[in-house]
Amino acid sequence: MSKIFEVPLYPYERSTDQDALGAVRHKVVVIGAGPIGLGIAIDLAQQDVPVVVLDDNDTVSFGSRAVCYAKRPLEILDRLGCGAQMVAKGVEWNLGKVFFDEHKVYEFNLLPEDGHQRPAFINLQQYYLEDYLVRRLHALQAEGKRIEIRGGNKVSAVGNHADHAHLEIDTPEGPYELEADWLIACDGANSPTRRMLGLDFVGQVFEDNFLIADVVMEADFPTERWFWFDPPFNRGQSALLHKQPDNVWRIDFQIGWDIDREQELKPENIDKRLRAMLGKDVEYELEWSSIYTFQCRRMEKFHQGRVIFAGDSAHQVSPFGARGANSGLQDTDNLAWKLKLIIDGKAPASLLDSYDAERIHGADENILNSTRATDFITPKSQMSRILRNAVLDLAEHYEFARPLVNSGRLSVPCTYDGSPLNTPDALDGGPARTRPGSPCPDAPLEGGFLLPQLGGRFTLLTFNADAPEAVEEGGITATRLALATGPGDALAERYLGRAEAAIYLIRPDQHVAARFPEYNEEQIRFAIRRATGKE
Amino acid sequence: MSELTLTPNIDGADDFYAELIEAHDGLTKDESDALNARLLLTLANHIGDREVLAQAIRAARQAG
Repeated sequence: MSKIFEVPLYPYERSTDQDALGAVRHKVVVIGAGPIGLGIAIDLAQQDVPVVVLDDNDTVSFGSRAVCYAKRPLEILDRLGCGAQMVAKGVEWNLGKVFFDEHKVYEFNLLPEDGHQRPAFINLQQYYLEDYLVRRLHALQAEGKRIEIRGGNKVSAVGNHADHAHLEIDTPEGPYELEADWLIACDGANSPTRRMLGLDFVGQVFEDNFLIADVVMEADFPTERWFWFDPPFNRGQSALLHKQPDNVWRIDFQIGWDIDREQELKPENIDKRLRAMLGKDVEYELEWSSIYTFQCRRMEKFHQGRVIFAGDSAHQVSPFGARGANSGLQDTDNLAWKLKLIIDGKAPASLLDSYDAERIHGADENILNSTRATDFITPKSQMSRILRNAVLDLAEHYEFARPLVNSGRLSVPCTYDGSPLNTPDALDGGPARTRPGSPCPDAPLEGGFLLPQLGGRFTLLTFNADAPEAVEEGGITATRLALATGPGDALAERYLGRAEAAIYLIRPDQHVAARFPEYNEEQIRFAIRRATGKE
Repeated sequence: MSELTLTPNIDGADDFYAELIEAHDGLTKDESDALNARLLLTLANHIGDREVLAQAIRAARQAG
């Protein structure tokens, strides 16, 4: 049986653009059909922005790659129409165990807060996510949305002009050219687009290699994240075991800097490592293996003229903490509604500067967390290792040292503090977690949840307060969602705090733009203008 | 009599740890050992309480 990632899902087909006399102009062209490229394309198509996705390949990702999806990206995927499938197929987990040498040092429970529709984390092979997204794209196409994906289309040159980007594309039937009002490069950490435009990508290189082995086996390990520091089966290094659907297990071995890649990837050598870890009699099938190194780095600016970068092409982190695909989907969430307003002439092009400000803030937070986890896992000096081992020894005996153990700080969405789109907080006693810039926390409503009611448009979210059903400002309408809540309610705890009533202005990406104790038309109009780059 | 605190007590634990590791940047092993000794004595003086210090010494020995 062929594996899912071996079957062409969007094979090359000739486009009429290839027979046109000149370069055909499109509104938006996306380069790269990974989760980020597909995510932004679907988000735009859902808002009736025509979009073409180009990819040099024609299948989903080879191997499992990004396997951990956090709550916030699942909420974003809900809006893109794939969240329920992800959760139904994915493996939910809450418990993590940390081992040092031969001992269990401690275990942690993510203890997800009640009253959220989506779990804290699921594990799922990246190829499933891409498969769902491609199917969603085709479903949108069938509904008449102007979205298409072109396999076997390799971009060979990019020109960035004042009001468009120019593309030269190679196909199995020869080259052709396209123009795009906006070009979104989602072509990964080694982004050819970034290279062709000669843009920077600076940061820190980590001198270490990791071997991923995805094995299919019937094993009775629990659905938990197990992390080893310096285990007997991989001395002086670390290892990770994590469950995926279909009895696939992600096993990750740190293997050091000076290695012979070819030797390490030989099945008999991987077999030796696996048997040392899992026991000599283990039966398994190797689904995929790979050796990776990583860097923590980002571009200085995420957009240049008409070319916008999202996901790994704009920022790269170590895999510890699941901050790659998760943060990339937050990029698309942030970008899609802004680009839609700009294309519709309802916001100035400078609104894109806030994409840079907010997502660079997010990238820096991810890089900081990811760098620190990497430094803990692979200490750079003898003293750093002594201190790390002291933390692990202490953590086995005393609770106080456990917060210092860092095997990856798991991805959480960032709050856009200081964003130029925020209106200063005006809600006395309002909870810190819903201050302007925050992603809205979910909460149960009668017969459902809050988040599916928000997003895709501006919302005037009112709690125990009067307001008009809609406010229109400069062509942008905020529609009211009126809720009543009281003490002891999750809604009240998350949105009111010590306040008795509140009016929130929620952005299309479910982030808080402004909040007030009562409705005031002038203030709301100001907040809408500010949230769309007009103040 | 005071009790040694053995539950988490540092706000921003990751920030603290990063600062501690950074303090050792560029030092030889001997210099790092000496820094740790100075840091230990400085913190001990801050704690002051002899009983707490004695408990801390015992706790550290036991965890090794």
